[in-house]
Amino acid sequence: MSGPREDDQPLLSVRGLGKRYGDRVGCRDVSFDVWPGEVLAIVGESGSGKTTLLNCISTRLEPTTGAVRYRLRDGQERDLYEMSEAERRLLMRTDWGFVHQNPADGLRMSVSAGANVGERLMAVGQRHYGNIRGTAANWLERVEIAEDRIDDRPRDFSGGMRQRLQIARNLVTGPRLVFMDEPTGGLDVSVQARLLDLVRGLVADLGLAAIVVTHDLAVARLLSHRMIVMKDGAVIEAGLTDRVLDDPQAPYTQLLVSSILQV
Amino acid sequence: MTGQAQDIAGGMAAYNFAYLDEQTKRMIRRAILKGIAIPGYQVPFASREMPMPYGWGTGGVQVTASIIGRDDTLKVIDQGADDTTNAVSIRAFFQKVADVAVTTRTREASVIQTRHRIPEEPLTASQVLVYQVPIPEPLRFLEPRETETRKMHALEEYGLMHVKLYEDIARHGHIATTYAYPVLVDDRYVMDPSPTPKFDNPKMDMCEALQLFGAGREKRIYAIPPYTRVVSLDFEDHPFEVQRFEEPCALCAARDVYLDEVILDDKGGRMFVCSDTDHCEERRAAGHRGHLAAEEAYATTEAAQ
Repeated sequence: MSGPREDDQPLLSVRGLGKRYGDRVGCRDVSFDVWPGEVLAIVGESGSGKTTLLNCISTRLEPTTGAVRYRLRDGQERDLYEMSEAERRLLMRTDWGFVHQNPADGLRMSVSAGANVGERLMAVGQRHYGNIRGTAANWLERVEIAEDRIDDRPRDFSGGMRQRLQIARNLVTGPRLVFMDEPTGGLDVSVQARLLDLVRGLVADLGLAAIVVTHDLAVARLLSHRMIVMKDGAVIEAGLTDRVLDDPQAPYTQLLVSSILQV
Repeated sequence: MTGQAQDIAGGMAAYNFAYLDEQTKRMIRRAILKGIAIPGYQVPFASREMPMPYGWGTGGVQVTASIIGRDDTLKVIDQGADDTTNAVSIRAFFQKVADVAVTTRTREASVIQTRHRIPEEPLTASQVLVYQVPIPEPLRFLEPRETETRKMHALEEYGLMHVKLYEDIARHGHIATTYAYPVLVDDRYVMDPSPTPKFDNPKMDMCEALQLFGAGREKRIYAIPPYTRVVSLDFEDHPFEVQRFEEPCALCAARDVYLDEVILDDKGGRMFVCSDTDHCEERRAAGHRGHLAAEEAYATTEAAQ
Protein backbone atom coordinates (compact mmCIF):
# COMPACT_ATOMS: atom_id res chain seq x y z
CA MET A 1 0.00 0.00 0.00
CA SER A 2 2.75 2.50 -0.90
CA GLY A 3 1.72 3.57 -4.40
CA PRO A 4 2.21 7.27 -5.08
CA ARG A 5 -1.15 7.55 -6.85
CA GLU A 6 -4.36 5.67 -6.29
CA ASP A 7 -4.70 4.85 -9.98
CA ASP A 8 -1.42 2.96 -9.91
CA GLN A 9 -3.04 0.15 -7.99
CA PRO A 10 -5.72 -2.17 -9.24
CA LEU A 11 -9.24 -1.74 -7.91
CA LEU A 12 -9.96 -5.44 -8.07
CA SER A 13 -7.49 -8.31 -8.24
CA VAL A 14 -8.53 -11.85 -9.04
CA ARG A 15 -5.98 -14.58 -8.37
CA GLY A 16 -6.27 -18.28 -9.23
CA LEU A 17 -10.04 -18.23 -9.06
CA GLY A 18 -11.86 -21.52 -9.65
CA LYS A 19 -15.37 -22.81 -9.18
CA ARG A 20 -16.38 -26.45 -9.35
CA TYR A 21 -19.91 -27.74 -9.41
CA GLY A 22 -19.23 -31.22 -8.08
CA ASP A 23 -17.22 -32.91 -10.82
CA ARG A 24 -17.95 -30.20 -13.33
CA VAL A 25 -15.76 -27.16 -13.76
CA GLY A 26 -17.43 -23.74 -13.83
CA CYS A 27 -14.21 -21.85 -14.25
CA ARG A 28 -10.59 -22.53 -13.29
CA ASP A 29 -7.41 -20.67 -12.51
CA VAL A 30 -8.59 -17.23 -13.57
CA SER A 31 -6.38 -14.28 -12.70
CA PHE A 32 -6.71 -10.64 -13.76
CA ASP A 33 -6.75 -7.08 -12.45
CA VAL A 34 -9.15 -4.23 -13.04
CA TRP A 35 -7.90 -0.65 -12.63
CA PRO A 36 -10.06 2.32 -11.67
CA GLY A 37 -11.99 3.75 -14.64
CA GLU A 38 -11.30 0.73 -16.81
CA VAL A 39 -13.85 -1.37 -18.66
CA LEU A 40 -13.03 -5.04 -18.94
CA ALA A 41 -15.02 -7.37 -21.17
CA ILE A 42 -15.28 -11.09 -20.53
CA VAL A 43 -16.24 -12.84 -23.78
CA GLY A 44 -16.77 -16.41 -24.80
CA GLU A 45 -19.49 -18.72 -26.04
CA SER A 46 -22.31 -19.76 -23.77
CA GLY A 47 -21.22 -22.38 -21.24
CA SER A 48 -17.66 -21.06 -21.19
CA GLY A 49 -17.89 -19.97 -17.55
CA LYS A 50 -18.36 -16.20 -18.03
CA THR A 51 -21.34 -15.84 -15.74
CA THR A 52 -19.87 -18.19 -13.12
CA LEU A 53 -16.77 -16.04 -13.09
CA LEU A 54 -18.82 -12.83 -12.80
CA ASN A 55 -20.85 -14.24 -9.94
CA CYS A 56 -17.72 -15.40 -8.13
CA ILE A 57 -16.02 -12.00 -8.27
CA SER A 58 -19.18 -10.11 -7.31
CA THR A 59 -19.67 -12.28 -4.17
CA ARG A 60 -22.90 -13.73 -5.46
CA LEU A 61 -21.38 -17.20 -5.61
CA GLU A 62 -18.60 -18.52 -3.38
CA PRO A 63 -15.57 -19.73 -5.40
CA THR A 64 -13.96 -23.10 -4.67
CA THR A 65 -10.40 -21.81 -4.93
CA GLY A 66 -8.58 -18.52 -5.32
CA ALA A 67 -8.94 -15.03 -3.95
CA VAL A 68 -10.63 -11.78 -4.93
CA ARG A 69 -9.23 -8.61 -3.45
CA TYR A 70 -10.90 -5.19 -3.66
CA ARG A 71 -9.52 -1.77 -2.76
CA LEU A 72 -12.04 0.15 -0.64
CA ARG A 73 -12.57 3.91 -0.79
CA ASP A 74 -10.21 4.41 2.13
CA GLY A 75 -7.40 2.77 0.10
CA GLN A 76 -7.47 -0.43 2.12
CA GLU A 77 -7.29 -3.66 0.13
CA ARG A 78 -9.53 -6.45 1.42
CA ASP A 79 -10.18 -10.06 0.49
CA LEU A 80 -13.89 -10.14 -0.33
CA TYR A 81 -14.41 -13.56 1.15
CA GLU A 82 -12.78 -12.59 4.44
CA MET A 83 -15.12 -9.63 4.92
CA SER A 84 -18.23 -10.06 7.04
CA GLU A 85 -21.51 -10.51 5.24
CA ALA A 86 -22.70 -7.13 6.50
CA GLU A 87 -19.63 -5.43 4.99
CA ARG A 88 -20.07 -7.28 1.70
CA ARG A 89 -23.72 -6.33 1.42
CA LEU A 90 -22.94 -2.71 2.23
CA LEU A 91 -20.29 -2.76 -0.48
CA MET A 92 -22.74 -4.24 -2.96
CA ARG A 93 -25.30 -1.49 -2.46
CA THR A 94 -22.96 1.48 -2.23
CA ASP A 95 -19.65 0.97 -4.03
CA TRP A 96 -20.82 -1.60 -6.57
CA GLY A 97 -23.55 -2.02 -9.10
CA PHE A 98 -24.86 -5.17 -10.73
CA VAL A 99 -26.78 -4.95 -14.00
CA HIS A 100 -28.63 -8.16 -14.74
CA GLN A 101 -29.34 -9.46 -18.20
CA ASN A 102 -33.03 -9.65 -17.34
CA PRO A 103 -34.10 -6.31 -15.82
CA ALA A 104 -36.82 -8.06 -13.81
CA ASP A 105 -34.03 -9.67 -11.73
CA GLY A 106 -32.52 -6.34 -10.81
CA LEU A 107 -35.63 -4.18 -10.42
CA ARG A 108 -38.58 -4.21 -8.07
CA MET A 109 -41.27 -4.63 -10.68
CA SER A 110 -44.14 -3.66 -8.41
CA VAL A 111 -42.87 -0.30 -7.16
CA SER A 112 -42.52 2.90 -9.16
CA ALA A 113 -39.46 3.90 -11.19
CA GLY A 114 -38.72 6.67 -8.69
CA ALA A 115 -38.73 4.24 -5.75
CA ASN A 116 -36.54 1.83 -7.72
CA VAL A 117 -33.92 4.51 -8.19
CA GLY A 118 -34.38 5.85 -4.66
CA GLU A 119 -34.10 2.49 -2.89
CA ARG A 120 -30.32 2.58 -2.57
CA LEU A 121 -30.45 6.14 -1.26
CA MET A 122 -32.94 5.10 1.41
CA ALA A 123 -30.80 2.04 2.17
CA VAL A 124 -27.84 4.27 2.99
CA GLY A 125 -29.96 6.42 5.28
CA GLN A 126 -31.48 9.26 3.24
CA ARG A 127 -34.79 10.24 4.80
CA HIS A 128 -35.85 13.34 2.88
CA TYR A 129 -38.58 12.49 0.37
CA GLY A 130 -38.10 15.64 -1.72
CA ASN A 131 -34.35 15.09 -2.11
CA ILE A 132 -34.72 11.40 -2.91
CA ARG A 133 -37.32 12.18 -5.55
CA GLY A 134 -35.21 14.98 -6.99
CA THR A 135 -32.19 12.71 -7.32
CA ALA A 136 -34.34 9.99 -8.88
CA ALA A 137 -35.79 12.44 -11.44
CA ASN A 138 -32.31 13.62 -12.28
CA TRP A 139 -31.12 10.06 -12.86
CA LEU A 140 -34.12 9.15 -14.99
CA GLU A 141 -33.28 12.10 -17.20
CA ARG A 142 -29.67 10.95 -17.49
CA VAL A 143 -30.80 7.55 -18.73
CA GLU A 144 -33.30 9.15 -21.12
CA ILE A 145 -36.51 8.21 -19.33
CA ALA A 146 -39.10 11.01 -19.44
CA GLU A 147 -39.63 12.60 -16.03
CA ASP A 148 -43.39 12.07 -16.16
CA ARG A 149 -42.77 8.31 -16.01
CA ILE A 150 -41.31 8.59 -12.50
CA ASP A 151 -44.43 7.20 -10.82
CA ASP A 152 -45.00 4.40 -13.34
CA ARG A 153 -44.01 0.87 -12.52
CA PRO A 154 -41.29 -0.91 -14.50
CA ARG A 155 -43.81 -3.50 -15.65
CA ASP A 156 -45.33 -0.75 -17.83
CA PHE A 157 -41.92 -0.03 -19.40
CA SER A 158 -40.42 -1.43 -22.61
CA GLY A 159 -37.41 -3.76 -22.40
CA GLY A 160 -34.97 -0.98 -23.29
CA MET A 161 -36.44 1.40 -20.72
CA ARG A 162 -36.31 -1.27 -18.02
CA GLN A 163 -32.64 -1.86 -18.75
CA ARG A 164 -31.93 1.89 -18.59
CA LEU A 165 -33.87 2.11 -15.33
CA GLN A 166 -31.81 -0.73 -13.92
CA ILE A 167 -28.64 1.14 -14.81
CA ALA A 168 -29.91 4.33 -13.13
CA ARG A 169 -30.86 2.36 -10.02
CA ASN A 170 -27.32 1.00 -9.80
CA LEU A 171 -25.47 4.24 -10.47
CA VAL A 172 -27.40 6.49 -8.08
CA THR A 173 -25.02 5.92 -5.14
CA GLY A 174 -21.97 6.70 -7.30
CA PRO A 175 -20.42 3.23 -7.35
CA ARG A 176 -16.82 2.73 -8.43
CA LEU A 177 -17.30 -0.70 -9.97
CA VAL A 178 -20.23 -2.02 -11.97
CA PHE A 179 -20.76 -5.61 -13.04
CA MET A 180 -22.85 -6.17 -16.13
CA ASP A 181 -24.14 -9.53 -17.27
CA GLU A 182 -25.10 -9.33 -20.96
CA PRO A 183 -26.56 -5.84 -20.56
CA THR A 184 -27.85 -5.75 -24.13
CA GLY A 185 -29.14 -9.32 -24.28
CA GLY A 186 -32.73 -9.57 -25.45
CA LEU A 187 -32.90 -6.04 -26.86
CA ASP A 188 -33.35 -5.29 -30.55
CA VAL A 189 -30.37 -3.81 -32.38
CA SER A 190 -31.40 -0.14 -32.51
CA VAL A 191 -32.21 -0.19 -28.78
CA GLN A 192 -28.92 -2.01 -28.16
CA ALA A 193 -27.02 0.73 -29.99
CA ARG A 194 -28.68 3.49 -27.93
CA LEU A 195 -28.05 1.62 -24.69
CA LEU A 196 -24.39 1.04 -25.53
CA ASP A 197 -24.01 4.70 -26.37
CA LEU A 198 -25.56 5.62 -23.04
CA VAL A 199 -23.43 3.21 -21.03
CA ARG A 200 -20.28 4.36 -22.80
CA GLY A 201 -21.11 7.99 -21.99
CA LEU A 202 -21.91 7.27 -18.34
CA VAL A 203 -18.80 5.17 -17.80
CA ALA A 204 -16.63 7.92 -19.26
CA ASP A 205 -18.39 10.73 -17.34
CA LEU A 206 -18.34 8.99 -13.98
CA GLY A 207 -14.94 7.34 -14.31
CA LEU A 208 -16.48 3.98 -13.48
CA ALA A 209 -14.69 0.70 -13.66
CA ALA A 210 -16.87 -1.98 -15.21
CA ILE A 211 -16.71 -5.69 -15.85
CA VAL A 212 -18.98 -6.61 -18.72
CA VAL A 213 -19.84 -10.19 -19.57
CA THR A 214 -21.00 -10.60 -23.13
CA HIS A 215 -21.06 -13.07 -25.98
CA ASP A 216 -21.39 -10.18 -28.42
CA LEU A 217 -17.98 -9.05 -29.66
CA ALA A 218 -19.46 -5.79 -30.94
CA VAL A 219 -20.46 -4.89 -27.37
CA ALA A 220 -16.94 -5.69 -26.22
CA ARG A 221 -15.41 -3.56 -28.96
CA LEU A 222 -17.62 -0.55 -28.25
CA LEU A 223 -17.43 -0.58 -24.47
CA SER A 224 -14.26 -2.15 -23.25
CA HIS A 225 -10.63 -1.17 -23.00
CA ARG A 226 -9.38 -4.66 -22.34
CA MET A 227 -10.91 -8.07 -22.75
CA ILE A 228 -10.39 -11.64 -21.73
CA VAL A 229 -11.57 -14.58 -23.80
CA MET A 230 -12.83 -17.71 -22.04
CA LYS A 231 -13.37 -21.24 -23.21
CA ASP A 232 -14.28 -24.30 -21.15
CA GLY A 233 -13.88 -22.35 -17.93
CA ALA A 234 -10.38 -21.08 -18.58
CA VAL A 235 -8.94 -17.82 -19.91
CA ILE A 236 -7.35 -18.50 -23.27
CA GLU A 237 -6.46 -14.99 -24.31
CA ALA A 238 -6.30 -11.56 -22.70
CA GLY A 239 -5.23 -8.14 -23.89
CA LEU A 240 -6.29 -4.75 -25.18
CA THR A 241 -9.64 -5.00 -26.95
CA ASP A 242 -8.44 -3.79 -30.34
CA ARG A 243 -5.39 -6.04 -30.18
CA VAL A 244 -7.44 -9.12 -29.37
CA LEU A 245 -10.11 -8.43 -31.96
CA ASP A 246 -7.80 -7.26 -34.77
CA ASP A 247 -4.99 -9.70 -34.15
CA PRO A 248 -6.34 -12.73 -32.32
CA GLN A 249 -3.60 -15.16 -31.28
CA ALA A 250 -5.41 -18.19 -29.89
CA PRO A 251 -7.10 -20.45 -32.46
CA TYR A 252 -10.41 -20.24 -30.63
CA THR A 253 -10.34 -16.43 -30.57
CA GLN A 254 -9.58 -16.46 -34.29
CA LEU A 255 -12.63 -18.67 -34.81
CA LEU A 256 -14.76 -16.40 -32.64
CA VAL A 257 -13.70 -13.24 -34.46
CA SER A 258 -14.16 -14.80 -37.89
CA SER A 259 -17.66 -16.00 -36.93
CA ILE A 260 -19.04 -12.46 -36.88
CA LEU A 261 -21.35 -11.82 -39.79
CA GLN A 262 -20.16 -8.94 -41.92
CA VAL A 263 -23.15 -7.02 -43.21
CA MET B 1 -44.54 -31.47 36.01
CA THR B 2 -48.24 -31.46 35.37
CA GLY B 3 -50.38 -28.63 36.58
CA GLN B 4 -53.65 -29.10 38.30
CA ALA B 5 -56.11 -30.65 35.91
CA GLN B 6 -59.55 -29.20 35.83
CA ASP B 7 -62.59 -31.31 35.22
CA ILE B 8 -64.89 -30.09 32.55
CA ALA B 9 -68.26 -31.43 31.53
CA GLY B 10 -68.51 -33.91 34.35
CA GLY B 11 -65.13 -35.53 33.95
CA MET B 12 -65.54 -36.34 30.25
CA ALA B 13 -62.51 -34.31 29.29
CA ALA B 14 -59.88 -32.91 31.58
CA TYR B 15 -58.09 -29.72 30.61
CA ASN B 16 -55.04 -28.30 32.26
CA PHE B 17 -55.48 -24.83 33.72
CA ALA B 18 -55.78 -22.38 30.80
CA TYR B 19 -56.06 -25.16 28.20
CA LEU B 20 -52.35 -25.57 27.30
CA ASP B 21 -50.24 -28.21 29.07
CA GLU B 22 -47.45 -26.99 31.32
CA GLN B 23 -44.65 -28.01 28.95
CA THR B 24 -46.17 -25.92 26.18
CA LYS B 25 -46.56 -22.97 28.50
CA ARG B 26 -42.91 -23.23 29.51
CA MET B 27 -41.90 -23.24 25.85
CA ILE B 28 -44.04 -20.19 25.12
CA ARG B 29 -42.81 -18.38 28.23
CA ARG B 30 -39.22 -18.96 27.11
CA ALA B 31 -40.08 -17.39 23.75
CA ILE B 32 -41.75 -14.46 25.55
CA LEU B 33 -38.71 -13.93 27.79
CA LYS B 34 -36.44 -13.96 24.77
CA GLY B 35 -38.75 -11.50 23.03
CA ILE B 36 -38.61 -9.16 26.04
CA ALA B 37 -34.83 -9.43 26.13
CA ILE B 38 -34.60 -8.41 22.44
CA PRO B 39 -37.35 -5.81 21.97
CA GLY B 40 -39.03 -6.06 18.56
CA TYR B 41 -37.25 -9.28 17.53
CA GLN B 42 -39.52 -12.01 16.19
CA VAL B 43 -38.90 -15.18 18.22
CA PRO B 44 -39.98 -18.41 16.49
CA PHE B 45 -42.02 -20.74 18.70
CA ALA B 46 -43.77 -24.08 18.29
CA SER B 47 -47.28 -22.73 17.87
CA ARG B 48 -49.96 -25.25 18.89
CA GLU B 49 -53.22 -26.03 17.26
CA MET B 50 -55.95 -24.24 19.18
CA PRO B 51 -59.67 -24.97 19.26
CA MET B 52 -60.36 -22.06 16.91
CA PRO B 53 -59.32 -21.29 13.34
CA TYR B 54 -56.17 -19.39 12.38
CA GLY B 55 -56.98 -15.73 12.04
CA TRP B 56 -59.16 -15.76 15.15
CA GLY B 57 -56.29 -14.94 17.45
CA THR B 58 -54.61 -18.30 18.06
CA GLY B 59 -51.27 -16.56 18.69
CA GLY B 60 -52.72 -14.12 21.20
CA VAL B 61 -54.66 -16.90 22.94
CA GLN B 62 -51.51 -18.99 23.38
CA VAL B 63 -49.62 -16.04 24.84
CA THR B 64 -52.50 -15.21 27.18
CA ALA B 65 -52.85 -18.85 28.23
CA SER B 66 -49.13 -18.95 29.10
CA ILE B 67 -49.10 -15.84 31.25
CA ILE B 68 -52.52 -15.87 32.90
CA GLY B 69 -52.82 -16.85 36.56
CA ARG B 70 -55.81 -17.70 38.77
CA ASP B 71 -55.96 -14.21 40.28
CA ASP B 72 -55.76 -12.35 36.96
CA THR B 73 -58.64 -10.38 35.48
CA LEU B 74 -58.99 -10.68 31.72
CA LYS B 75 -60.34 -8.20 29.21
CA VAL B 76 -60.65 -9.06 25.51
CA ILE B 77 -60.96 -6.40 22.81
CA ASP B 78 -61.97 -6.92 19.20
CA GLN B 79 -61.85 -3.75 17.05
CA GLY B 80 -62.05 -1.74 20.27
CA ALA B 81 -65.26 -3.42 21.39
CA ASP B 82 -65.84 -5.93 24.18
CA ASP B 83 -69.06 -7.31 22.74
CA THR B 84 -68.11 -8.52 19.25
CA THR B 85 -67.84 -12.18 18.29
CA ASN B 86 -64.11 -12.60 18.63
CA ALA B 87 -63.96 -10.85 22.01
CA VAL B 88 -66.96 -12.70 23.41
CA SER B 89 -65.71 -16.14 22.35
CA ILE B 90 -62.16 -15.67 23.61
CA ARG B 91 -63.45 -14.29 26.90
CA ALA B 92 -65.80 -17.27 27.25
CA PHE B 93 -62.95 -19.62 26.35
CA PHE B 94 -60.79 -18.42 29.24
CA GLN B 95 -63.71 -18.37 31.63
CA LYS B 96 -64.24 -22.01 30.78
CA VAL B 97 -60.67 -23.34 30.72
CA ALA B 98 -59.11 -21.10 33.39
CA ASP B 99 -62.07 -19.93 35.41
CA VAL B 100 -60.56 -16.46 35.67
CA ALA B 101 -62.38 -13.24 36.41
CA VAL B 102 -63.26 -11.26 33.31
CA THR B 103 -64.13 -7.62 32.85
CA THR B 104 -64.82 -5.07 30.15
CA ARG B 105 -63.23 -2.29 32.21
CA THR B 106 -59.73 -1.40 31.03
CA ARG B 107 -58.75 -0.18 34.50
CA GLU B 108 -59.77 -3.41 36.24
CA ALA B 109 -57.99 -5.80 33.86
CA SER B 110 -54.55 -7.21 34.53
CA VAL B 111 -54.29 -9.03 31.18
CA ILE B 112 -55.82 -7.47 28.07
CA GLN B 113 -55.90 -9.43 24.84
CA THR B 114 -56.56 -7.23 21.84
CA ARG B 115 -57.23 -7.30 18.16
CA HIS B 116 -56.88 -3.97 16.31
CA ARG B 117 -56.89 -1.47 19.17
CA ILE B 118 -55.00 -0.19 22.19
CA PRO B 119 -57.40 1.11 24.86
CA GLU B 120 -57.83 4.89 25.02
CA GLU B 121 -57.16 4.86 28.74
CA PRO B 122 -53.39 4.83 29.44
CA LEU B 123 -52.17 1.42 30.60
CA THR B 124 -50.27 0.92 33.82
CA ALA B 125 -47.24 -1.06 34.94
CA SER B 126 -49.47 -3.75 36.46
CA GLN B 127 -51.08 -4.60 33.10
CA VAL B 128 -50.04 -6.75 30.15
CA LEU B 129 -51.36 -6.08 26.65
CA VAL B 130 -51.44 -9.14 24.36
CA TYR B 131 -51.85 -8.50 20.62
CA GLN B 132 -53.20 -10.95 18.07
CA VAL B 133 -50.97 -10.69 15.00
CA PRO B 134 -51.84 -12.02 11.54
CA ILE B 135 -48.58 -11.21 9.69
CA PRO B 136 -45.64 -10.40 11.96
CA GLU B 137 -43.12 -9.59 9.21
CA PRO B 138 -43.22 -5.87 8.28
CA LEU B 139 -41.02 -6.45 5.21
CA ARG B 140 -43.14 -9.29 3.85
CA PHE B 141 -45.03 -7.49 1.10
CA LEU B 142 -41.86 -6.13 -0.44
CA GLU B 143 -39.61 -9.13 0.13
CA PRO B 144 -41.33 -12.50 -0.04
CA ARG B 145 -38.26 -14.60 0.90
CA GLU B 146 -38.11 -15.43 4.62
CA THR B 147 -34.34 -16.13 4.41
CA GLU B 148 -33.84 -12.65 3.01
CA THR B 149 -36.06 -10.81 5.52
CA ARG B 150 -34.28 -12.52 8.41
CA LYS B 151 -30.96 -11.41 7.00
CA MET B 152 -32.28 -7.88 6.59
CA HIS B 153 -33.33 -7.79 10.25
CA ALA B 154 -30.00 -9.25 11.33
CA LEU B 155 -28.01 -6.67 9.39
CA GLU B 156 -30.41 -3.78 10.09
CA GLU B 157 -31.06 -3.23 6.38
CA TYR B 158 -34.33 -1.36 6.58
CA GLY B 159 -34.15 0.83 3.48
CA LEU B 160 -36.92 -1.25 1.93
CA MET B 161 -39.40 -0.14 4.57
CA HIS B 162 -38.98 3.43 3.39
CA VAL B 163 -39.48 2.31 -0.21
CA LYS B 164 -43.01 1.39 0.84
CA LEU B 165 -43.59 4.80 2.43
CA TYR B 166 -42.05 6.48 -0.65
CA GLU B 167 -44.56 4.65 -2.84
CA ASP B 168 -47.38 5.88 -0.64
CA ILE B 169 -46.35 9.51 -1.03
CA ALA B 170 -45.68 9.12 -4.77
CA ARG B 171 -49.17 7.70 -5.32
CA HIS B 172 -51.30 9.53 -2.79
CA GLY B 173 -49.35 12.66 -1.93
CA HIS B 174 -49.05 11.60 1.72
CA ILE B 175 -48.22 8.45 3.68
CA ALA B 176 -51.44 6.55 3.10
CA THR B 177 -50.62 3.57 5.33
CA THR B 178 -53.20 3.84 8.10
CA TYR B 179 -52.83 0.55 9.95
CA ALA B 180 -49.99 -1.89 10.62
CA TYR B 181 -47.79 1.18 10.35
CA PRO B 182 -44.13 0.10 10.77
CA VAL B 183 -42.26 1.17 13.90
CA LEU B 184 -38.65 1.08 15.01
CA VAL B 185 -38.35 -0.50 18.45
CA ASP B 186 -35.55 0.54 20.82
CA ASP B 187 -33.52 1.92 17.86
CA ARG B 188 -32.92 -1.55 16.52
CA TYR B 189 -35.70 -3.72 15.09
CA VAL B 190 -38.38 -2.62 12.65
CA MET B 191 -41.64 -4.16 13.81
CA ASP B 192 -45.19 -4.57 12.58
CA PRO B 193 -47.50 -3.35 15.37
CA SER B 194 -50.23 -5.74 14.11
CA PRO B 195 -53.21 -4.19 12.29
CA THR B 196 -53.85 -1.48 14.87
CA PRO B 197 -54.66 1.93 13.37
CA LYS B 198 -51.62 4.20 13.27
CA PHE B 199 -53.62 6.37 15.65
CA ASP B 200 -52.51 3.94 18.37
CA ASN B 201 -48.80 3.95 17.47
CA PRO B 202 -47.88 6.82 19.84
CA LYS B 203 -49.45 4.85 22.71
CA MET B 204 -46.82 2.13 22.26
CA ASP B 205 -43.96 4.54 22.88
CA MET B 206 -42.71 4.49 26.48
CA CYS B 207 -45.81 2.52 27.48
CA GLU B 208 -45.87 1.52 31.14
CA ALA B 209 -47.42 -1.87 30.40
CA LEU B 210 -45.67 -4.89 28.94
CA GLN B 211 -46.77 -5.47 25.33
CA LEU B 212 -46.67 -9.01 23.91
CA PHE B 213 -47.43 -10.03 20.33
CA GLY B 214 -48.44 -13.53 19.26
CA ALA B 215 -48.78 -14.78 15.68
CA GLY B 216 -50.18 -18.33 15.75
CA ARG B 217 -50.14 -19.26 12.08
CA GLU B 218 -46.77 -17.62 11.45
CA LYS B 219 -45.36 -19.07 14.71
CA ARG B 220 -43.75 -15.89 15.99
CA ILE B 221 -43.77 -14.08 19.33
CA TYR B 222 -42.35 -10.62 19.91
CA ALA B 223 -42.49 -8.06 22.69
CA ILE B 224 -42.06 -4.46 23.74
CA PRO B 225 -40.89 -4.22 27.37
CA PRO B 226 -42.25 -1.35 29.49
CA TYR B 227 -40.71 2.08 28.88
CA THR B 228 -39.25 1.23 25.47
CA ARG B 229 -38.81 3.77 22.68
CA VAL B 230 -41.14 3.01 19.77
CA VAL B 231 -40.79 5.36 16.80
CA SER B 232 -43.05 5.35 13.75
CA LEU B 233 -41.02 5.49 10.52
CA ASP B 234 -41.38 8.58 8.35
CA PHE B 235 -39.57 11.06 6.09
CA GLU B 236 -38.08 14.35 7.27
CA ASP B 237 -40.40 16.30 4.96
CA HIS B 238 -43.38 13.98 5.50
CA PRO B 239 -43.45 13.40 9.25
CA PHE B 240 -45.60 10.73 10.90
CA GLU B 241 -49.13 11.90 11.65
CA VAL B 242 -52.13 10.17 13.20
CA GLN B 243 -55.66 10.29 11.84
CA ARG B 244 -57.75 13.29 12.88
CA PHE B 245 -61.51 13.31 13.24
CA GLU B 246 -63.50 16.43 12.55
CA GLU B 247 -66.40 15.68 14.84
CA PRO B 248 -66.45 14.25 18.37
CA CYS B 249 -68.01 10.92 19.35
CA ALA B 250 -71.78 11.10 18.74
CA LEU B 251 -72.51 9.37 22.05
CA CYS B 252 -69.97 10.68 24.55
CA ALA B 253 -68.61 13.80 22.79
CA ALA B 254 -65.01 12.61 23.23
CA ARG B 255 -62.37 14.21 21.04
CA ASP B 256 -58.85 12.91 20.39
CA VAL B 257 -60.06 9.31 20.39
CA TYR B 258 -60.34 6.83 17.55
CA LEU B 259 -63.82 6.82 16.02
CA ASP B 260 -65.74 4.21 14.02
CA GLU B 261 -68.11 5.29 11.29
CA VAL B 262 -71.57 3.74 11.62
CA ILE B 263 -73.99 3.88 8.70
CA LEU B 264 -77.49 4.66 9.99
CA ASP B 265 -79.67 4.39 6.88
CA ASP B 266 -79.43 4.22 3.10
CA LYS B 267 -79.88 7.99 2.69
CA GLY B 268 -76.35 8.93 3.71
CA GLY B 269 -77.03 9.09 7.45
CA ARG B 270 -73.98 8.22 9.52
CA MET B 271 -72.55 8.70 12.96
CA PHE B 272 -69.06 8.56 14.42
CA VAL B 273 -68.70 6.75 17.72
CA CYS B 274 -65.81 5.74 19.95
CA SER B 275 -64.19 2.53 18.78
CA ASP B 276 -63.24 1.82 22.41
CA THR B 277 -66.66 0.88 23.85
CA ASP B 278 -65.47 0.77 27.45
CA HIS B 279 -64.03 4.28 27.22
CA CYS B 280 -67.30 5.53 25.69
CA GLU B 281 -69.46 3.90 28.36
CA GLU B 282 -67.37 5.30 31.16
CA ARG B 283 -67.59 8.78 29.73
CA ARG B 284 -71.36 8.52 29.38
CA ALA B 285 -71.63 7.24 32.93
CA ALA B 286 -69.67 10.32 33.98
CA GLY B 287 -72.30 12.50 32.33
CA HIS B 288 -70.73 13.29 28.94
CA ARG B 289 -73.31 13.45 26.17
CA GLY B 290 -72.82 13.54 22.40
CA HIS B 291 -75.41 14.94 20.01
CA LEU B 292 -76.96 11.51 19.31
CA ALA B 293 -76.78 10.19 22.87
CA ALA B 294 -80.23 11.40 23.92
CA GLU B 295 -81.85 9.95 20.82
CA GLU B 296 -80.15 6.66 21.47
CA ALA B 297 -81.44 6.55 25.04
CA TYR B 298 -84.90 7.35 23.73
CA ALA B 299 -84.60 4.60 21.09
CA THR B 300 -83.63 1.99 23.67
CA THR B 301 -86.47 2.87 26.02
CA GLU B 302 -88.83 2.75 23.08
CA ALA B 303 -87.51 -0.65 22.07
CA ALA B 304 -87.88 -1.85 25.66
CA GLN B 305 -91.53 -0.86 25.62
